[in-house]
Amino acid sequence: MSRFVPLIIVAALVALFLGMMLSDRNPNEIDSVLVGRAAPEFSLVSLDDSAPALTHADLKTGAPVLVNFFASWCVPCRAEHENLMRLAGDHRVQVIGIAYKNEKDQAIGFLNELGNPFSKTGLDLDGRVGIDWGVSGVPETFLIDGDGVVRYRHWGPIVGDSLEQQLLPELEALR
Amino acid sequence: MSRMMFAALLSLFVNAAVLAVAVDEKPLDDPALEAQARELMKEIRCLQCQNQSIEDSNADIARDLRALIRERIALGDSPENVKAYLVDRYGDWVLLKPPVKTSTYFLWGSPFLVVLIIAFLLARRKQELAVASPLSDQEKAQLSELLGRKQ
Amino acid sequence: MAGEIGHFALLLALMFALVGATLPHVGAARGNAAYMALADRAILAQFSMALVAFGALTYAFVTSDFSVVNVATNSHTLKPLLYKISGTWGNHEGSLLFWVLNLTLFGALVSWRGRKLPLRFRSRVLAVQSTLILGFLLFIIFTSNPFLRLDPAPLEGNGLNPLLQDPGLAFHPPMLYLGYVGLSVAFSFAVAALIEGEVTPLWARWVRPWALLAWVFLTGGIALGSWWAYYELGWGGWWFWDPVENASFMPWLAAAALLHSAIVVEKRDALKSWTILLAIVAFSLSLLGTFLVRSGVITSVHAFANDPARGVFILGFLALVVGGSLTLYAWRAPKLAPSGLFGVVSRESALVVNNIFLSTFAAVVLVGTLYPLFVEAFGAGQISVGPPFFEYAAAVLMSPLIVALGLGPLLAWKRGNVSRSVQIAFPALVVGFVAALVLLWQTSGDYVMTAFGLGLAAWLISSVILEIGHRLRLGKANNPMSSLRKITRAQWGMSMAHMGLGIILLGITISEAFTTEELTVMAPGDTVEVAGYDFTFEGVAPIVGPNYTAVRGFFTVYDGETILTSLMPEDRVYSNPVMTTTEAAIYPLFSGDLYAVVGEAASSGRWSVRLYFKPMISGLWLGAFMMMVGGILSLSDRRLRIGLPTGKKQQTSGASA
Repeated sequence: MSRFVPLIIVAALVALFLGMMLSDRNPNEIDSVLVGRAAPEFSLVSLDDSAPALTHADLKTGAPVLVNFFASWCVPCRAEHENLMRLAGDHRVQVIGIAYKNEKDQAIGFLNELGNPFSKTGLDLDGRVGIDWGVSGVPETFLIDGDGVVRYRHWGPIVGDSLEQQLLPELEALR
Repeated sequence: MSRMMFAALLSLFVNAAVLAVAVDEKPLDDPALEAQARELMKEIRCLQCQNQSIEDSNADIARDLRALIRERIALGDSPENVKAYLVDRYGDWVLLKPPVKTSTYFLWGSPFLVVLIIAFLLARRKQELAVASPLSDQEKAQLSELLGRKQ
Repeated sequence: MAGEIGHFALLLALMFALVGATLPHVGAARGNAAYMALADRAILAQFSMALVAFGALTYAFVTSDFSVVNVATNSHTLKPLLYKISGTWGNHEGSLLFWVLNLTLFGALVSWRGRKLPLRFRSRVLAVQSTLILGFLLFIIFTSNPFLRLDPAPLEGNGLNPLLQDPGLAFHPPMLYLGYVGLSVAFSFAVAALIEGEVTPLWARWVRPWALLAWVFLTGGIALGSWWAYYELGWGGWWFWDPVENASFMPWLAAAALLHSAIVVEKRDALKSWTILLAIVAFSLSLLGTFLVRSGVITSVHAFANDPARGVFILGFLALVVGGSLTLYAWRAPKLAPSGLFGVVSRESALVVNNIFLSTFAAVVLVGTLYPLFVEAFGAGQISVGPPFFEYAAAVLMSPLIVALGLGPLLAWKRGNVSRSVQIAFPALVVGFVAALVLLWQTSGDYVMTAFGLGLAAWLISSVILEIGHRLRLGKANNPMSSLRKITRAQWGMSMAHMGLGIILLGITISEAFTTEELTVMAPGDTVEVAGYDFTFEGVAPIVGPNYTAVRGFFTVYDGETILTSLMPEDRVYSNPVMTTTEAAIYPLFSGDLYAVVGEAASSGRWSVRLYFKPMISGLWLGAFMMMVGGILSLSDRRLRIGLPTGKKQQTSGASA
């Protein structure tokens, strides 16, 4: 029997590789461990001087909320910005923006230039809140349910069909 | 080794700066704590640059994590606690040394398991190969006697 | 024009491969000598066409013909000539063409050196080789054609990754490919033997030089890459257990096992089906490496631009080649009954032990490399398997191997005597223990693993010396000079390679444990002491290279009052494409390397620097070099010369690895 062992191992490996290649996965993506857990506690000053500090309490609104980590220096963030505007406008979802490792006036300049989809903003200058959220790079977008629990994390820019195919179905499921 | 051999295309999220030397301006004052922090950094995987530890990398997030580790070690946190802190945020993925748990039993056991399997496969062949045990003294005596007779 | 010639040559090569992969089998089945003899001509034709195609691509690179897409994406007019040439194989399409060139080259070599092989067997071997070539050619033509045109042609190319613009790296991939492809010969020999249903000691004799040659190339390729990482990446590391590194290490381990097990086949006509399996596995692991780099299944910084079509194609090819040969193996293995016998204590058994540990290590490296995929596939989350796991596996598996390695060559063939061998090796045992204990005592017990590694290295090195002494019958009545002449080159080769391993182990153990490093920021005039050497930072100066600008740092290193050397590391910024690289400055001393790297500017005129003293790190490259020399010595042994099948049995008795 042992003469079949190598063949069986190779068949298993080929099946594994094939499965991995056919599945829609990005080998660079690190899954978020936050999904299913309450959003971490934090408090950040707003980009808007007149607004109060942004805290985790702002996420428990009774309705789904998106939290988007962005930065003015981040090129993919520009690419997804239009979709964030659509989410806030057409899809009437509250989007909260956290400027990740960004100078305040640069982040404000970014929003002035491209438009502001965010109902509330926070400034994470040293990136510590980002670490608490398990952010590995910008942009990343988290979908929070009405109770403040993270339900979905979108890794990388929301571009192409990922808005229609991935984010919106997750959002609708919560509504 | 040939780590960047075919880096014809570094992935989108890997910035060129990862290859610059990672040196922080502020090591910890206490050399013992600094050494402890450095050891820990070698076990944490960089999130933006695949297969590097944050100790090696100059990526932004690696720099931030180094600062964070130094901070917590300076506050007297144990390396185990700091690891748990990071796993809590990034999952087991950040540990270059996979934790021993149900899903990794096979991994950690593999050197012993495979050696047994291969030894078994090869030893089984030996049934046919096993040679008669060396001659006993008595047999040797008989042999030399026989040989002697021939001469 | 060159593009079209190259493309046409590829198509012709495909035709010849098709002929070479089929008709010789027909000939062998029907006993038609003319058909069988076609194999030789077909392989030569394939080689000529591959040479033309590769030449055409090289020509396009050298002349910067940007109407060829591949050249435009991977080259640049400002690149130095060496890197224009090395750019040919520094990209996905070109490297595949290089694979084909080597596959045909080795095929042609088998045809040339193997004239004394029986026609029937040789034609089978070459037909299998042609099948491999056919697969690669189809892959190139359908998914990765290097001769595609770009219209209009751009005025300038995108340039080669600056990291590849390095003399060490210009020759690292070709060496590695020669090794991978060299294993294809062992594979073809194995499959041909399975088709014929017969493995003889003569077969092992034919196949072993090829395995040895491939192993020498792999050793060189791996060592070159490791050396490059050491001086180029700037943090003093030389091995990272990255999937792509593992992909080159696994075939190396399998090839090492193969060239040891082939000895048992040759000597004792035993271990036959295992050796066949190893020959198949060794080349399969080479193919697996190619697959991993190009499919995007695994994250590695080396990954080529990924294209799902390519991944699926290689996977299909891999499944066909490996699956097919293993099916053949499962079918034929029972026919390969051993005829020779050997005792439980014998040189043959020692070689079996060697095979158990080397092949286990290869398997465990495979498990570690793919484990994150398994875990993910079973939905158990994401994990990383990094250096700590592989270091653990190496410690568990290589320690017993090295203990056995010291003793094995002292055992007699067929039936050995343990107590006699231990008696000879006893001084080495003492040296090993003393070395370990002294180190433990000196470091007050802090470095247990280091002491263990040092003890093993000392045991291995001294046992090799004792073994040579034993061969020379030192201390016996006869004249050592006459015994010296009796030692064959193959025996010197074995001792050299084993000694090389000991020296590598010594280098790893000592440099890992006792590296001194300073990561700091320095202003001009500052001095930092590293391991007793004073590094004075003299400042930096900007410099301009052909396609980069750089900041060069100046360090003067003092040993006490005397100036030892000056070190000038660079931090380069390449222009096409834009990328920062570090060039470490290294000054090797007998005791270790002085190593300096300059990084970016810090506040108030200071610069970030990394300074190291790496004791005995040169052992790695010295040891690897000794392994290669050992392999070449063994290859040059008349009795083992490639394709020299007629060896008198009595000549070989008493020979060894």
